[in-house]
Amino acid sequence: MTKPVPKQALSSASSSTAAKPRLTTSAMIASIASEGQRTQAAPFGTALVELAKTRPDIIGMTADLGKYTDLHLFGQAYPDRYYQMGMAEQLLFGAASGLAAEGFVPFATTYAVFATRRAYDFIHQTIAEEDRNVKIVCALPGLTSGYGPSHQAAEDLALMRAMPNMTVIDPCDACEIGQVVPAMAAHQGPVYMRLLRGQVPLVLDEYHYTFELGKAKVIRGGRDVLFISTGLMTMRALEAAKQLENDKIDVAVLHVPTIKPLDTETILREAQKTGRMVVVAENHTIVGGLGEAVARHLMLNGVAATFRHIGLPDAFLAAGALPTLHDRYGISTQALVDQIKKWQD
Amino acid sequence: MSNLKGHNRDLAERAYRVRRNAVLMGEVQGQGYIAQALDIADVLTVAYFHAMNYRPEDPEWEGRDRFLLSNGHYAIALYAALIEAGIIPADELESYGSDDSRLPMSGMASYTPGMEMSGGSLGVGMSIAVGMALGLKRKHSSSRVYILFSDGELDEGAVWEAFMSAAHYKLDNLIAIVDVNNQQADGPSTQVMAFEPLVQKLEAFGWFVQRIDGNDLDAVVGAFDAAKDSHEAKPRIIIADTLMGKGVPFLEAREKNHFIRVDPHEWQLALAALEEGRQS
Ligand SMILES: Cc1ncc(C[n+]2csc(CCOP(=O)(O)OP(=O)(O)O)c2C)c(N)n1
Ligand SMILES: [Mg+2]
Repeated sequence: MTKPVPKQALSSASSSTAAKPRLTTSAMIASIASEGQRTQAAPFGTALVELAKTRPDIIGMTADLGKYTDLHLFGQAYPDRYYQMGMAEQLLFGAASGLAAEGFVPFATTYAVFATRRAYDFIHQTIAEEDRNVKIVCALPGLTSGYGPSHQAAEDLALMRAMPNMTVIDPCDACEIGQVVPAMAAHQGPVYMRLLRGQVPLVLDEYHYTFELGKAKVIRGGRDVLFISTGLMTMRALEAAKQLENDKIDVAVLHVPTIKPLDTETILREAQKTGRMVVVAENHTIVGGLGEAVARHLMLNGVAATFRHIGLPDAFLAAGALPTLHDRYGISTQALVDQIKKWQD
Repeated sequence: MSNLKGHNRDLAERAYRVRRNAVLMGEVQGQGYIAQALDIADVLTVAYFHAMNYRPEDPEWEGRDRFLLSNGHYAIALYAALIEAGIIPADELESYGSDDSRLPMSGMASYTPGMEMSGGSLGVGMSIAVGMALGLKRKHSSSRVYILFSDGELDEGAVWEAFMSAAHYKLDNLIAIVDVNNQQADGPSTQVMAFEPLVQKLEAFGWFVQRIDGNDLDAVVGAFDAAKDSHEAKPRIIIADTLMGKGVPFLEAREKNHFIRVDPHEWQLALAALEEGRQS
């Protein structure tokens, strides 16, 4: 793992040596879509605008990130149901709790780091503990920003899972986000959703996928490896599975969009099928996410599968271009392929 | 600016070079916070080439004045000044925002010499400034804490907690500058969240307050001098009204946006515009 040279160690001479490294940009407004991938624009904003036609109780709120969470579409469609709270995340969630107490259903958006870290206590006390019907929708989940630790929500699932009453959803693509929006509105109680914004990859429609809150779904079967994955890692697992066909490695993918409550029945059923290596893959630190949750249930139920875990290291991650970082930290498609081949050797 | 005299004339040349560094870095990424870098260049110039004590060869010199960049996305602006100050070598400029560069797009203390805090999460710098100012007083140091933050950060409650505590502890060694460029992520700051009247609010919070045109070098110099010279037992704040894109007319005129893209051919035009505005 490359780390920047500590600042103490540098002198003005340091950068004039040897060949210049090829510069790669750290694209702030990065789309996680790979080149040539099918995408759909702003699936969250679009779905919320549609849903709000028949749900006058839905309110949109943001902390100066409407444009960056696709909620501006809702603001344009329903200006009188849209509250700009300024860049004040604690206020955002406290006020969302208040609106929910009065019977409205606020969809409150910001970046994952600023909800789960800056406003944790406000969400814990005013939303989760009071079981308020607030929908927390957060862009830049896990490692989806090249901006360094301030914008990388490597631990958001761990934090939100640890909150009683909270439902936690990590959708894979645009197809799924479009279905999650009405489902979370229909659910009574607080929900945290990881948001993919902008041009969002479209993958699961090919598999005739339907989202059901609290359900894990087998997306494809396979005899050698069982990926248990969530969020955008399901997309990566499916791509890896296709590539691994060339190496005669037969890979199944179980997609787990609802992290809490966890569909332990399906997970146990699939993990129990003999002869398969179980590989949990998540866009999240290895601490406290899907991997540890699955491992716990396997242990409790005496399922002795060969268990592997792909996730982000327990470290402050680097700034840089997302593709570079996904390779470096082992969550790109290529990294999955290489890792599985090694483990299957 | 043509009637600037003596030292302030030198500062104008510094400000030109700071802006030029920022444009060259902007070009590396083709996009970013270039309009902010141009609006705050005059303030940073006066901070680094008029007001502050520091040793370029020893950025962690104990006797230095501290400079906190609370609005970490303005890193491009601070790097431009740190390069001009000789704290960062000029040839690193072309690595701005690239993988494994010491100049990430969002400022981080662990990456860059002269960067005193890790930004990115807005609204936290003022709390650090309070602690540093308390710490310097405990050490009987004559160093000051300077902190730059943005008008969007005024939305964050923690900033006002720190305002209150800085006055409570009579932190006269703390000089804050807020960049009122009237822009934040979702639009003009005053429309996103009304924060005026700022002078009255900050005075009521117990601060020594000045409000100036942050792109008028004479005014900026005067404000820094007054903040340093004042004998009032209060923290000082300079409210700097600035113009995004300042110094590059076509960027000044462009629709205001938090994060702008600049076409590849426009970077040369921007450099030419700066050159044109340069004092001869
Ligand atoms: C705590 C926090 N909330 C939200 C953001 C996302 N964000 C980055 S810049 C920005 C706008 C802040 O206003 P300002 O610094 O005045 O913007 P500028 O003048 O640079 O356009 C926002 C909301 C953040 N970085 N930190
Ligand atoms: Mg601003």
